[in-house]
Amino acid sequence: MNSAWVPPPQPNDFVFDVESESEIAVVLKKYPTERKASAVMPLLYIAQKQMGRRTGSAWIPLQAMNEIAKRLEMAPIRVYEVASFYTMFNKRPIGRYHLQVCTTTPCWLRGSDEVVSTCKHETGINHFGETSADGLFTLTEVECLGACANAPILQVDDDFYEDMDADSVQKLIAELRSGKKPTPGPRVDRLNSAPEGGRKTLLTVATPSDK
Amino acid sequence: MVRVIVDGTTIEVPSGSSVLQACEAAGKEIPRFCYHERLSVAGNCRMCLVQIARAPKLVASCGFPVSEGMEVFTDTEVVRRARRSVMEFLLINHPLDCPICDQGGECDLQDQAYGYGAGISRYREEKRAVTDKNLGPLIKTVMTRCIQCTRCVRFCTEVAGTPDLGLVSRGENAEITTYVEKTLTSELSGNLIDVCPVGALTAKPIAFRARAWEYKKTDSIDVMDALGTNIQIHARAGEVMRIVPRVNDSVNEEWLSDKGRFSFDGLKKKRLDHPWVRVHDSLIPVPWKDAFIALACRLKDTSADKVGAIAGDLCDVECLCALKDLFTAFGSSNFDCRQDGAWYDTRSRSGYLFNSGITGIDQADALLLVGSMPRHEAPVLNARIRRRFLELGRGKFPVGVIGDLAADLTYAADVIGTGPDVLERLLEGKHPFAEVLKKAHNPMIIVGHSALVRSDAPRIYSLCKQLAESCGALTPEWRALNVLHTAASRVGGLDIGFLPGERGLSTKAMLRGGVDILWLLGADDLPIDVIPEETFVVYQGHHGDRAAHRANIILPAAAYTEKSGTYVNMAGHVQRAFRAVFAPGEAREDWRIIRAFSEVIGYTLPYDTLEQIRDRMAEVNPVFAIDGKKGSSNLSQHSVTSVIDESMTLLDEPFQPIIQDYYLTNSISRASQIMAECSAVYRLRAME
Repeated sequence: MNSAWVPPPQPNDFVFDVESESEIAVVLKKYPTERKASAVMPLLYIAQKQMGRRTGSAWIPLQAMNEIAKRLEMAPIRVYEVASFYTMFNKRPIGRYHLQVCTTTPCWLRGSDEVVSTCKHETGINHFGETSADGLFTLTEVECLGACANAPILQVDDDFYEDMDADSVQKLIAELRSGKKPTPGPRVDRLNSAPEGGRKTLLTVATPSDK
Repeated sequence: MVRVIVDGTTIEVPSGSSVLQACEAAGKEIPRFCYHERLSVAGNCRMCLVQIARAPKLVASCGFPVSEGMEVFTDTEVVRRARRSVMEFLLINHPLDCPICDQGGECDLQDQAYGYGAGISRYREEKRAVTDKNLGPLIKTVMTRCIQCTRCVRFCTEVAGTPDLGLVSRGENAEITTYVEKTLTSELSGNLIDVCPVGALTAKPIAFRARAWEYKKTDSIDVMDALGTNIQIHARAGEVMRIVPRVNDSVNEEWLSDKGRFSFDGLKKKRLDHPWVRVHDSLIPVPWKDAFIALACRLKDTSADKVGAIAGDLCDVECLCALKDLFTAFGSSNFDCRQDGAWYDTRSRSGYLFNSGITGIDQADALLLVGSMPRHEAPVLNARIRRRFLELGRGKFPVGVIGDLAADLTYAADVIGTGPDVLERLLEGKHPFAEVLKKAHNPMIIVGHSALVRSDAPRIYSLCKQLAESCGALTPEWRALNVLHTAASRVGGLDIGFLPGERGLSTKAMLRGGVDILWLLGADDLPIDVIPEETFVVYQGHHGDRAAHRANIILPAAAYTEKSGTYVNMAGHVQRAFRAVFAPGEAREDWRIIRAFSEVIGYTLPYDTLEQIRDRMAEVNPVFAIDGKKGSSNLSQHSVTSVIDESMTLLDEPFQPIIQDYYLTNSISRASQIMAECSAVYRLRAME
């Protein structure tokens, strides 16, 4: 069950790049100087994004946590506590695309098992938490993503792909593999969480005389 | 004050108190795990639930403030049922290994399970298991027992000031760990054992040795530093098993340094357990009588002014008093309690004390450290400075350091210079920190031994004094020109007047051949090599340490756990220690050895009992007139020049730290295996 967390091999160093620096400057402006520790979560996220951008694997190495601790004048363990608490921060390297399947009740009722098995089949991953042999995909089981009306959901990195089934998962993974970035949103014919095939109710404009 | 009704009794508590404090004031015991009165409130164990009239549900009393007229119920059926449920949840993942747990018998969880435990478990699922952590040579971890109260995390962060520990991960996977498997870096880490309410953090050196109820407990005083930490020695079968702190708010609160807690194993190693006399270059064991006669013959052939004594850092006042009386009786005034050759302004007691008192730190709002590294010289005192620093908030407690900052002080400090020349600039107002001190209401200046052991110490002290006078650290209401001592015996020695008399020789002169017979009373930390070969060295002490190897006669003495003694801490508190165990073999209490020897050479000292020698101490200096004794002042004149030569020039060199290795500073800690391990581990860590 619970085991000591062994840190994965770490990169030699971590330096925020120009893009990250400008984002950090924006974040730090939101907090008073003596409360800048509040910026720890945005900074962790910026570090993770930079790793994704630079190395193709969006995770947070220890050097990045140390760097954040130094910038925010907090103890490294405090940064580590925050990073380890939130599942959205990856503490070990992941694949190029992070497939996050919601398996909470609504998604499960609407067929998340199918989404999971297709993901596994298409990427060759056997268990949650693993990365595919080609290093492209990491499959993670997540709890409710808050988009139950469009269940089941497959979240890839920051984007929601909704109303998934085996075919659409297959297609999505193929597109990702070919380097394309499919448009997020429902995979069926509907706008956001509006009914499939267009509006079903309130088709006519009600006027007082209808009564 | 706020009026609160606890279980029908009305009491008054200060506003801002928590409900738990109010209940305690009313004499109601509230069970708790995460709450600790000297740490911040976490409120995560939920064991301290109480019922409050008109409150919709039970509240955690530790974090709930009292209000006027509040009615609290601590022992209703609802409360009991809630606490039983909390206990059931805590026990779900707590192993049933009390029989092999070192905390057994003094475990909060065990005790409270007697009150609120269900007796049976309804939990049929798998319990969680957590990997043990390596926190260094002092703390043993059994992390499966951890109930995540986070007391240890808060202790490290708040009191010790070394935020190494944290609660990482979440939910079932939550665990206490260091930032990726590192050892702790604090000199106060032993307190984690006391702070932990369960057996997750226990003492590694004494694992599986004894049970809490088997100990004979004796109150004593720690001699590893000059703070005079109040300790309790736990012994079993005549052996010191462990040392724990006692609560004394004006000295150590409830903390104890690692050296004080864990160097006790040095008391069982390298001990001198019978007298030795050197014959033809080899030491041979002899009976007490022969050792005394050999020494007496030698003394008779030597003129009184060629006999000298140097006292070490661990002596009690009794033996200092006896040895001084003996030397005075046969006409020598060559005795010195300053084995490091430090200089003090001995004109009045305030010249060498931590004048503001240890609690004075709680009022200070600016601090200047002159040649002192309190983290190594008095870790518990350093924790107090840190608390004040936290209390006032960032930037409100400026700390200036003159000297080499060997390690992080655990609070923000600016190194404003490395040598004494900065003091002159401060005094002239040419340094920005002078302004800081002037602006402060209660500035404090701490002068350490890095400054006082130098040859220009009188001038440095004088500059500090002038600075204190000019910045308001030395007013009739606020006396905060403090000397931070490192030797437990030093203030006692100065108080009893164990200083060279008129025409008497000081440590340096005695060591360099000024005397023919040199009596080292537990003095090991001096340059033994400079003693000329022809000097006859008598070593009275408890360890076969540096000085014993050079000695011509060894008189085995009792260590601090083995004698009743009086110690004066750096703030001038006279404190009594009691005997916990007997000294090994033929070793005897120091003052008794001196008293017995005085009879052999025909200068019988006029005291036979501990009471009588303490009466004599009170007669010499009224500060020792405690426990209803009558005091008078008969302090002899001494030759130590306290008159400060203002023309003395300052040396142009930086202050050198006086403690090279915190874990190895005296004969006991040098004999300790545990301290040696610590030293090795932390030296490695320091190099990283």
